[in-house]
Amino acid sequence: MLLLHCPFCGPRSEIEFSYGGPAALPRPDDPAQISDADWVDWLTVPENRIGPVPERWCHSKGCGAWLTVRRDIRTHEILEVRHGA
Amino acid sequence: MARFSILNLARNAISEHRNWTEHWRTPELKSDYDIVLVGAGGHGLATAWHLARVYGLTNIAVLEAGWLGGGNIARNTVTIRSNYMRDESIPFYVKSVEFFDRLTKDLNFNTMHSKRGMVDVLQTWGMVRDRRRRRLTMDLHGARYRPLSVQDLRRMVPKLTGGGPDARMPILGAEFHPDAAVNRHDAVAWGYARAIDAMGVEIHQNTPVTSITRGADGAVTGVETPRGFVRANKVALAVSGHTTTLSETAGLRLPLRTINLSAFVSEPLQPCIDVVVNCPDLGIYLSQSDKGELVIGGATDLGQSFRRDVKQHVFEDTVAAMLDLFPAFRRVKLLRQWGGHLDIAHDASPIISTTDVPGLFVSAGWWGGYKAIPAGGLCLAHLLATGTPHPLATPFGLRRFRHLEYVLEAGTTTAR
Repeated sequence: MLLLHCPFCGPRSEIEFSYGGPAALPRPDDPAQISDADWVDWLTVPENRIGPVPERWCHSKGCGAWLTVRRDIRTHEILEVRHGA
Repeated sequence: MARFSILNLARNAISEHRNWTEHWRTPELKSDYDIVLVGAGGHGLATAWHLARVYGLTNIAVLEAGWLGGGNIARNTVTIRSNYMRDESIPFYVKSVEFFDRLTKDLNFNTMHSKRGMVDVLQTWGMVRDRRRRRLTMDLHGARYRPLSVQDLRRMVPKLTGGGPDARMPILGAEFHPDAAVNRHDAVAWGYARAIDAMGVEIHQNTPVTSITRGADGAVTGVETPRGFVRANKVALAVSGHTTTLSETAGLRLPLRTINLSAFVSEPLQPCIDVVVNCPDLGIYLSQSDKGELVIGGATDLGQSFRRDVKQHVFEDTVAAMLDLFPAFRRVKLLRQWGGHLDIAHDASPIISTTDVPGLFVSAGWWGGYKAIPAGGLCLAHLLATGTPHPLATPFGLRRFRHLEYVLEAGTTTAR
């Protein structure tokens, strides 16, 4: 079980949170300027390296904040938790 | 290689089984092949079998990082079924079930196939409606699914004593899928390996591919391994959770993420459950193996993971869910647990496809890929041999992401 440090509520167990999927890079500023292929890649291709990846978690049974977490997906080590994107 | 037959078994029994020869070779790794298949799991082996048997191609190396039958083909719950949701998916899995039904004969290897059927236990009205819709779609494609009353369900699975009218989630109904089966996963790996070796395909164990190399024109030229460079113009990846790890060595990014799916095995019990029991509302399914062990599959941990262990709360949730429905198993001891990596695509459907890298093919995104082994092998072999997708796999190309033709499949056991 993961122990996520919510910036508002402190260290809380993973079961208080809902997993929100991989966190994407910032949305392209001007979608009309990038190719369809790049646009679809931005939508569908997550970072999947053996190491830290960014992901979204909602503290749904706590304060309700959406958090961005960097977690090493080989060790489950949590490297960073921050509020918002 | 000796062919298995009654006569041959009798002859070897008389000589106390001391004269069996090895079932596949351990050849020298050559520097050049027509096709390199990365991963000697179910899909890699089945692809080689179809390439040799159907398309007559045998100058093929199947490179395996570990040992034969040691990857995800040993990390699943051997459930074979075709009760999927989408028009694109159902015919593919119907074909796969057909292949499995005759696999023992095709491979001349006893896969211990047991066509025992699967029952879906429904505990919410949403699920009852979902399964009814699924039954109507399956009817169109020749997959069998029929509704079952709660009384008939309890007669079919007498150990299912939980989920009564006073339970938190009472059982509302059930659907029976007679096409479902289980078999022996090792036998599938060994049977395919033995058959493709006999046709001249080479299997190289302990040969991890570390990177894919491309020529000046961008096309694939071969793969690097610790045993040296292997040249091939066609390289196909069938490596489950490590697809992106390898494809990225060729500069190719894919819409896949790797997750962990776990399962458990109990101590052996007297025979008590003769169907596969799936409880989609609780996220658990189980069957009893020939040895008597309960093979229990649990909910998916949806976060990305390259681990092969099980998170404690996933384990506890799965066991608690099982005890809700099967209170008689309260004192059963669990012997083993395992987790496997699998990669899941953006739309949860498989990918059997050419890629932006000429000569590089992928078979990935198998969430519940065991049941897809023979049909997945056929479709990847067809693509490698002819350059065009097999009709069953046309919807599963990578182009679907570029053209927003997703196949949103929630028909996998644990997807709810």
